[in-house]
Formats: sequence, structure tokens, C-alpha cells
Amino acid sequence: MTLAAALWVAPAVAGWEPTKPVEIVVAAGAGGASDQMARMMQAAIQKNNLMKQPVVVSLKGGASGAEALMYMKSSEGDPNKVLIAYSLIYMLPLSAKIPFNWRELTPVSVIALDQFVLWDNSAGPKTVKEFVEAAKAASSPFKMGGTGSKREDHVLTVFLEQKTGVKFSYLPYKSGGEAATQLVGNHTESNVNNPSENLEVWRAGQVRPLCVFDKERISYTAKVTDTQSWADIPTCKEEGVDVQYLMLRAMFLPGKVTPEQQAFYVELFHKVTQTAEYKDYMEKQALKPIFLTGKDMVQFLEEDDAQNKSLMMEAGFVAK
Amino acid sequence: MEAFGLLLHGFAVLLTWKTLVLMMVGLVLGIFVGVLPGLGGPNGVAILLPLTFTMDPTSAIVMLSCIYWGALFGGAITSILFNIPGEAWSVATTFDGYPMAQQGRAAEALTAAFTSSFIGSLVAVLLITFLAPMISSFALKFGPPEFFAVYLLTFCSFVGLGREARHKTVISMSLGLLLAGVGMDTVSGQLRMTFGSAELLRGINFLVAVIGLFGISEILLTMEERLALRGHAASISLRVVLGVWKDLPKYWMTLLRSSFIGCWLGITPGGAIAASFMGYNLAKRFAKDPESFGKGRIEGVFAPETAAHASGTSALLPMLALGIPGSGTAAILLGGLMVWGLNPGPLLFVEHKDFVWGLIASMYLGNVVGLVLVLTTVPIFASILRVPFAAVAPMIVVSCAIGAYAIQNAMFDIWLMLGFGLVGYVFKKIGIPLAPFTLALVLGNRAEDAFRLSMIGSGGDLKVFWSNGLVGSITTLAIVLLFWPVIDGLLARVGRTRRTRTADAPTPPSRP
Repeated sequence: MTLAAALWVAPAVAGWEPTKPVEIVVAAGAGGASDQMARMMQAAIQKNNLMKQPVVVSLKGGASGAEALMYMKSSEGDPNKVLIAYSLIYMLPLSAKIPFNWRELTPVSVIALDQFVLWDNSAGPKTVKEFVEAAKAASSPFKMGGTGSKREDHVLTVFLEQKTGVKFSYLPYKSGGEAATQLVGNHTESNVNNPSENLEVWRAGQVRPLCVFDKERISYTAKVTDTQSWADIPTCKEEGVDVQYLMLRAMFLPGKVTPEQQAFYVELFHKVTQTAEYKDYMEKQALKPIFLTGKDMVQFLEEDDAQNKSLMMEAGFVAK
Repeated sequence: MEAFGLLLHGFAVLLTWKTLVLMMVGLVLGIFVGVLPGLGGPNGVAILLPLTFTMDPTSAIVMLSCIYWGALFGGAITSILFNIPGEAWSVATTFDGYPMAQQGRAAEALTAAFTSSFIGSLVAVLLITFLAPMISSFALKFGPPEFFAVYLLTFCSFVGLGREARHKTVISMSLGLLLAGVGMDTVSGQLRMTFGSAELLRGINFLVAVIGLFGISEILLTMEERLALRGHAASISLRVVLGVWKDLPKYWMTLLRSSFIGCWLGITPGGAIAASFMGYNLAKRFAKDPESFGKGRIEGVFAPETAAHASGTSALLPMLALGIPGSGTAAILLGGLMVWGLNPGPLLFVEHKDFVWGLIASMYLGNVVGLVLVLTTVPIFASILRVPFAAVAPMIVVSCAIGAYAIQNAMFDIWLMLGFGLVGYVFKKIGIPLAPFTLALVLGNRAEDAFRLSMIGSGGDLKVFWSNGLVGSITTLAIVLLFWPVIDGLLARVGRTRRTRTADAPTPPSRP
């Protein structure tokens, strides 16, 4: 037992270790999904003593997250900054012509995949079929709330339009939380929020999940509301609307760091994914567990990038 | 009465030695970060957040919220003594607070500020205690048109009720609106006015602008006139405090009005910042001698401070009930809640009674203890005025620079702050008011987004701003306030004609 513990510690002692507090860079505002994840990691690392240096969370959500990307780009060679990235790394350079390419950063690991769900107000239609019919019959187009413009939510809305033939008015809000309360207040007819963004209003019985945009159902079967679990939500494909989209959550270091530094963080985040805090968080937020690093991660990123790019092109969101 | 029982339960949760000690520590830390210009509540809470990870949620939130109260109290100190507002809502406090300090009435102004902060918070806490469930459903009524109507109301009340020449208010506000557009536009997802610069991506931070406009420009002006802080040594004694308190009943109307405005705008998501300005403007409007405002009138401190704290406190309600943070500090607290596994939302009140009512009880206790604490420490802060200007000025500039840097950890912001210092200096010289500029910088973006979202939703039909009773009455009120000087003039003239008719002596119509 002691021997095993000693062996476990040994590589960390031999390799590189941060000498300054480590900054987790969040490309979103306070309280958003990335911020929550960063705080979870901060707590997991601190409570389980995974690192000697303290962790600080720095919010760089300016310009819809572009601030964080430029900050990472300009921090070349600094091994004390880790970015929590999501699909904005592919989308922002296309839609807003931000001079950024994720290949300039150092990939560490993909730590989770986030789902998207089609939600409507609990007073609204009960199934995807009824929802589509109601939207077609409505005199003015149904309002679809979402986070930001020309981003995941907007792209999904365009796809939903293509697959169903319904026309929506897309309302870009500043955050998923805002999109959630606007749906509860009946200011929009639907949204395509991540599970975590609508969790509380779902539990309060104010919104209804219609379908999840994935090829399989969410795996968590514990009851979230009185009657339903995440696994009870049908996939959109089951409901006759074949739209699929998953969003990565991945960690990156700035460019030009040494392989030892990269290895330290791969190890660190691997340990984070073993903690009770991480597992608990994944289930609570209905995130899809995944851990990719090295070649697997780069291959995943390339494929994901290509898919996002083609979606953006089809939706006409690429700036000229 | 259920609320009363729950509140008592909250006090029971709170009254342990451990929690009380944490409360005091939080308040002292809060006052400290509040006094440093630019550091302010949000940064203070953010820095101290990790300290609380090992505590249980209730103790942690009590400590963090006490830092918040402490910072709210402390923010008034720099506004009054140095004309440097630490938070958005302290801007209006400088209008009369700083002149009072210049006249040697700093202690009086500080006492007034703290006392009215206390009253404002108290009214808001009472409201939270008894109206919590109703208020959260009220906040849900706010869609894009309602949001825009509230912002419009704030802008219009500024133009219509402001004390400066109207064209100058409009010029100042337009410049603020222009700068608010820098950065990413949420509605189109495009960058605007960044001219390819990575630094401008973030947009222009409001606090950076405020620190420069008010703080740096004040130092420049003082240097030009004479090398002394224009404040006299302030001595505070129980007599000054009691003197201010004795006069309180005289201002009951101002206090009540400001508390009402504060609570209303505080529970209106995103309205907290507008409250202090509106409280100030209305107090001035209803005063018999509006000209004396801005020259060191104690009501000019009472009005904005009461409104600011009523709104700052009631802004916590939409955060707890809906997860919408009403202020920067509330947003950080929101992040904190989530770390402890408490998800703000309608069920928080049902599932975590201990936590919610412990927090509400801590609002009562924190405010009482905070008031005593700041009043007893006023002499220390007031004595800063006795330090020679040559020693204080560099310290202020450095602390402004640290504050500007700390907001986004960006060196560029320090240059921006200095630039705004020059702008503020020029504006003060040519008599353009700074407040409309800062107001437009804070609310401009949100107002624009709300307007465009309303237009997308209604297909471009302006009638959406009169589509229901709530939005219709706010919009109408806004337009009435915008044209208030004209309406006021007409009413006065109608009144005059009637009087002259009864006197039966026709006079030729006169125009001023």
C-alpha cells in the first residue's frame, strides 16, 4: 500500500511542477457552465491536494470569450495558465474573424462532452411532434432563445429549421441562464440549452425537455424531477428530427510550453477526473464523461473542427 | 407569518460564536476592500472565495455576504473624501458628498451615507423577508421590451430631471453610448469599433472609465488650483452622529422615496445601477430649492445612498430566486453558491431553507454590526484628509492604477484610465456632466441588446413597447420624464392663466 503510494508520487517529484499559482482561464462570464466547471476543479484540486500551488479562476468572458482566446495566444511559453475551452475555439475565428487558431495552443486533455436539449415551457406542447405542428401553425414565428449569435445554439436552431421546415425567430441572449428564465417567463417559446443551464427550472416544473441532440440517450438514470431522469428524455432522432450536436470541454496550455509541463497537466487533470467532486459534477450537470489526450485528442479536435466548420458554412455564419 | 417563523429559524442558525466571528472578519475585510478605489466588492469577494471552500455553505455565504456589506459601506468613504466612486452606484454619492467634504463637513456626510445605507438595506431586507415568493414571479415578467423600457426610463429621467443644461447631458450621454458599443456585439456576433486591436476586444470597462473620469481628473484639477485636498480636518464625535440622526425625520420623504425606487429597481433584473441616479434626481426634483443640490446638501447624500443600498440588497433576491445576478458582486456570490452545490433557482427556497434564511438573517445582523463598525472607524478615515496632498495624491494615483489593472488584469486598462482622466478634466472644464457619460457606458450595451431583441421578437413593430400594462406604463412614464421640463412649463402656464383669469386681469403672454 505504502509502496504503491510512493510509486504514484514518484513521477510527479521527478518532473516539472508549477512554481507560481495556476490560473484556470474561463472564456465565459461568472456563473456560466465554464465558470462552474473551473470552480469545481479549483475545489477538487485544493481539497484533494493534487498540486502544491494554489489555483485561481480568472474570468475572461469579454467579447463572447474572444478575450480568453487572445489572452492564451499572447501568453506563449507560460505554463501557469490553463484554458477551459469549448466549441468557441472553432466558431469565433470563423464568425467574428478573430485571429486565433487552436493549433497554436498546447492541447492537454478533453475532459467532458456537453449535451444540448430542446426545451419548451411546461405549459407548451408536450412532444416534438406537437411542438413542430404548433410552430408551423403559429401566426408569428416561434421565438427560440439561445446564448450569443452565430454560436452553438444559433447553429442548432438553423439545423432544426432545415430538418423540420419550421421558421424560428432566434433571440441571442448573453447567457444560458438568461435564456432559461426568459423561457420560464414565456418571453420565448423554446430554447436549446445545455442540461446544466436548465436544470433548476426543470426541477421546478417550469420547463419541459422535448429531446436531446445526440445519437443516444443521456446515461444518468437517477430521478432529477419527481417523475423523470435525464435518461428519460428521448433523442431527437427517436422523435423524427435527426439533428445531433455535442460540445467539447477541453483543457489547453498556451503555445510553446515544454513536454514536461504538458505532461504535468495531463497527469493533473487525469487525477481530477478520478475525484469524487468531478464525478458528482458530471452527473449533476448531465455531462458525458470522456478523457482524451495526446494523439487521440488532436484527432478528435481535427474532426470536431471540420464538423463545426461545415455546420457554420451551411448556416451561412462564416464572415467574409 | 410563516416568513417570521422561518426568519427566527435563520437567526437560530446564525447565532453561534463561529458565525459571529466570521461575520466580523468579513465586515472588516469588506470595508478595507471598499476603501481602496477600484478594488471594490466584486474583486474582494472573488479573492476571498477560495478561503471559504472548507467551510460549510452557510458560514461561507455569511462571511462572503458580510464582505459585500462591508464593501458597500466602505465604497461611500472614497466617494465622499476623494470624489472617487468605487462602485457604479457610488457615483451619485459624489455629487453632494464631495462638496460637503470640501466644506469641512466630511464627518457629517459620512454619517449620512452610512445611516442611509443602513436604512436602505433594512427596507430591502424587510421586503425580501416578506415578499420573496411574489417578487420572483414579478421578475419573470421581464422580457426584452420590459428591460428596454426600464433602461429608457433611466436615460429619460436623466435628461428630463438632470441639473445640467440639457444639450450637455445629451452630448455626454451620446458619447457614453458610442463607447459602450466597442467590442463584441451579442446580437450579431460581430466585433465593432475595435480597429483590429486585441485590447479593444473586451470593450471599455465601466469601472476603468469611472476611476479615470472621477479620480484622476480630480487629482489634475486639484493640482492646477492649489496643492491641497480641498477638505478640512474632519472630527467626528457622537455629537455629529446624533446631530445627523436627529435631523433624519425631516428627510423621511426622501428616504422613503429612495428606498422604494431602490427596491423596485433592485428586483428589476439589472436595474440596481440606475437606482442611485434616479433616487438623486427625484430628490432634487421634489426639493423646494433644486439649485442647492450639488453644492453640498445632505439630502444629496441620503437620496442616492439609500436607493443604492436598497437596490444592492434587493438585487440578491433575483439572484437567489432566479439565478440572475443584479450586480458584479452578486455574480461572484452566484459562482460561490454553485461551488457549494447550491443551485440558485425557484427550488433553493424550498430545499435549502437553512441556507436561505441564514443568509437573510445575516443581512439584518450584518447591517447592524456594519453600521456600528463604520461609525466607530470614521475618525480614522476622516483623518486621511489631514495628510498633506503631496503625500496622498501619489497614493491615490497608485491605488487607482492598481484598481484599474485588477479589474481585468490588463496593462492597457491603466492607459485607458489615464486617458479617461484627461477626458474627465476637459469635461469638467467645459461644464459637461460626467454622470450621463458613465450611465450610458454601463447601460448602453444592455439597452441596445434589449431593444434589438424586442425588435427581432416583434418583427420590427414598435408597438411592442405598449403591448401590455407593465411595459406600456414604464415606457409612457419614460416619455413623460423626457419631456418633463416642457410639461412642467405648460402646467405652470396653465396654472398661471387660471390664476390670472380669476383675478380678472388679462396679461400679455410672456415667455421667459
